Amino acid sequence: MTARQPSTPATDAALAVEVRNASLIYNPQEAPVHALSDIDLAIRPGEFVSLIGPSGCGKTTLLRVIADLEHITSGSVLVNGVSPHDARLARAYGYVFQAPALFPWRTVLGNVRLPLQIQGRSADESHRIAMEQLARVGLTGFEGKYPWQLSGGMQQRVSIARALSFEPRILMMDEPFGALDEITRDRLNEQLQQLWQRERRTVVFVTHSIAEAVYLSSRIVVMSPRPGRIVRVIDSPLPDARTLDMRDSPEFVAVAHAVREALADGHHD
Amino acid sequence: MSTAGPAASPRSEPRRQRSFLLIVGPLVLGALFLMAPMANGQQPVGTTFWVATLALAALAVAGIRRMAGFEGRPLYATLTAALFGVWVVYFWQLLTVALAVPQVLLPAPWLIVLSLVENLSRLGNDFTQTVVKAVIIGWVLGSGLGFLVAVAIDRMPFLQRGLLPIASLTSTIPLVGVAPIAVMWFGFDWPSKAAVVVLMTFFPMLVSTLAGLQASNRLERELMHSYAASYGRTLWSLRLPAALPFMIGALKVNATLALIGAIVAEFFGSPTSGLGFRISTEATKMNMTLVWAAVVVAAVTGSVAYALLVALERRVAFWHPSVRGKK
Amino acid sequence: MATTTSLPAPPLGQRLVQQGLPVLVVLGAIVLLWYGLTVWLNAAGAIERVLPSDSPWTWQDLVAATMDMQRPVMPAPHQVATDLYTSLTGNPLDSPRNLLFHVAVTAQSTLVGFVMGTVLGLVLSVCIVHSRTLDRALLPWIVASQSVPVLAIAPIVLVILGSMGLAGVAPKAVIAMYLCFFPVTVAMVQGLRSPQVIETEMMHTYAASRWQALWMLRLPAALPFLFPALRVGIAAGLVGAMVAELPTGAQAGLGARLLTGSYYGQTVQIWSALVMSALLGLVLTAIMAGIETLALRHRRQA
Repeated sequence: MTARQPSTPATDAALAVEVRNASLIYNPQEAPVHALSDIDLAIRPGEFVSLIGPSGCGKTTLLRVIADLEHITSGSVLVNGVSPHDARLARAYGYVFQAPALFPWRTVLGNVRLPLQIQGRSADESHRIAMEQLARVGLTGFEGKYPWQLSGGMQQRVSIARALSFEPRILMMDEPFGALDEITRDRLNEQLQQLWQRERRTVVFVTHSIAEAVYLSSRIVVMSPRPGRIVRVIDSPLPDARTLDMRDSPEFVAVAHAVREALADGHHD
Repeated sequence: MSTAGPAASPRSEPRRQRSFLLIVGPLVLGALFLMAPMANGQQPVGTTFWVATLALAALAVAGIRRMAGFEGRPLYATLTAALFGVWVVYFWQLLTVALAVPQVLLPAPWLIVLSLVENLSRLGNDFTQTVVKAVIIGWVLGSGLGFLVAVAIDRMPFLQRGLLPIASLTSTIPLVGVAPIAVMWFGFDWPSKAAVVVLMTFFPMLVSTLAGLQASNRLERELMHSYAASYGRTLWSLRLPAALPFMIGALKVNATLALIGAIVAEFFGSPTSGLGFRISTEATKMNMTLVWAAVVVAAVTGSVAYALLVALERRVAFWHPSVRGKK
Repeated sequence: MATTTSLPAPPLGQRLVQQGLPVLVVLGAIVLLWYGLTVWLNAAGAIERVLPSDSPWTWQDLVAATMDMQRPVMPAPHQVATDLYTSLTGNPLDSPRNLLFHVAVTAQSTLVGFVMGTVLGLVLSVCIVHSRTLDRALLPWIVASQSVPVLAIAPIVLVILGSMGLAGVAPKAVIAMYLCFFPVTVAMVQGLRSPQVIETEMMHTYAASRWQALWMLRLPAALPFLFPALRVGIAAGLVGAMVAELPTGAQAGLGARLLTGSYYGQTVQIWSALVMSALLGLVLTAIMAGIETLALRHRRQA
């Protein structure tokens, strides 16, 4: 289903994600739904890219296409220079879902070790790495707990620790903080920002919160529905190191305003 | 829901003393009454007897109601049920002895206990024949086969769509009816009863395992997909653990089915031992105390088996909301 | 995830094929297996008793012989079908030679017992939900009885009722009754308690009496719990009625037919009775399912 077009090696090999002219049409015979329509997007390594837009704009679909959870009907998608399928088999990315998706019969530690065990790491190694990851998201001391004993925010942190455990170069997150209250959300946004600061992984982040997108990203991709397409790509002029009170600064407000305008444009099309 | 009067917490001292009196007092009175000449069957019963019995019954009910009103610890609820049970057995004993009810109709509990003790070795043999051999072997084989077939057809949706409706329908038909055929094929001894049990336990386990294997959420399966985990890996790490609560539920149902199946299969004919055999033959001989004793053995077996499986469930499926006590 | 639209349901014909075809294939495989087993299990007996011992015979003779034996270890499907057909069509309906007569006997006891057990269960469950005493004292025993082989008491019940002079339908109905009673009670208690706190509090703000709350909230909420229990109950009642027919000297009813068949070695008779009892079970359950669909037809899936 993925139509591969020959790519120029020199420049593309450096791109983390390259989407060219990709379309996804559901139910083409009877009532076609253009979930994605002629999407062009290039993401360089180390970027934090947010996909933002109203429901049905295709942001989640695009993320799932990159993650090999869905397939396009035309165009091409390359992740680290190979097809999404190969990238998935090569364990090139970690995926964080909207819900924590933790296994209730495993402890917190057991859950973080899951991908490591699947990849065949030794018990000692997976234990050590999992403990490090939990420390990174600030959950040391909770290894022995079960998921239902933790709050929603803590469960999502475990989910992030799990996604990072095998050190993927790319992190894909689908509205990971959507189900949390604002205060927890702010704290997790801050932690994610600091994590990105330290490690500079490529992050593709789906959200429908303008503030979140502007706070976290180096680039914001605004999408709109029917058909799902990119309206505008906004490069953020904000410095890389960010704090929560930056959200009141005029630069921040300006970027948010630009995003809001783009969303409105997409809406009126 | 009605409450048994004002909030009955046994915290205030005089109220606590009165509750204790109301609950324990009648029990003591009842025990004494049993030994009274007018109640132990030596004389025909008169109005005094009935007046005393009704008064005792009223006190018993009051005591149970008081106990039912206690809040605070789950122990109180269990004790209420236990108290009720004690009173039922008590009045059973009192009335059968005092009214000289013929044993054929309803033997007194005490006589049943005596019969149990007298026939301990015989009932022990029956137990071995029925439970240890037919029930346990049949239950393990039937549930095991159901599980294996479910896993085998996990990747064959066509077979699942064909087998599942048929398997669900078997719960509506009287499968014990195959007992005579099993006797014809496997003889009179325990293997024919085990065969009936295998047939009865196979289908519930098959249906439940299949349902359990579908139980893992889409999100978790996509997670495993994103890890490029193989089919076997996904089965072992995700789908089988997620299916455990369903499988244990089926094991619990199967335990009861197995016991019923083995006993009823013995009603259709069994050589010389077995709980079902004991019940049906001693009933034809009108030896009711022994029949009741055998029934008690069967009942206790069923309850103990169920309790063991619940304990297993708590250990293995501790994480499932239904086991944790949530809706 | 919101961008995924669901396709419209495939047309009825296609759905029937998709769901019906696998069942038919599996059923067909079962029939084939049955024939195979017939040949295999009857072979020894056929060689001994039917086939000539002095003249040569081919495997076609063997197969044909195994499918037409008088007292087979396993009757062939067509043997059972023929026996059923002749029994049903060749005899008047009130003759004991007609299996429908026996079906009626068993069904009568089952249904009478089922109705009694259901009514008793409904009444008791309402009482339990409205009385904490009953809830704490009695309900645990009813729940515990589900793990106990209650059917084992059947001979006792028969002896007691027999010595009181009750015979015929009554004792069988009593056994069917208490087998239906337990699942119905437990399920109804669960169902009557199923309305959420929000809903019961709303009735409270309307100053609804307990009867009104029962009639307008709890009972309708309990229906989806009741029907599965009714299906379980009627299947259990059928087994109870059949088992009750065993000790009474096996006069009439499907259980009696099974027993007499096994006493006289009439294999085909046993299988016919078994098939009829399976059909009876299916029909009774289908009726329950039909009533359920009718009663719940205005409700959508939660």
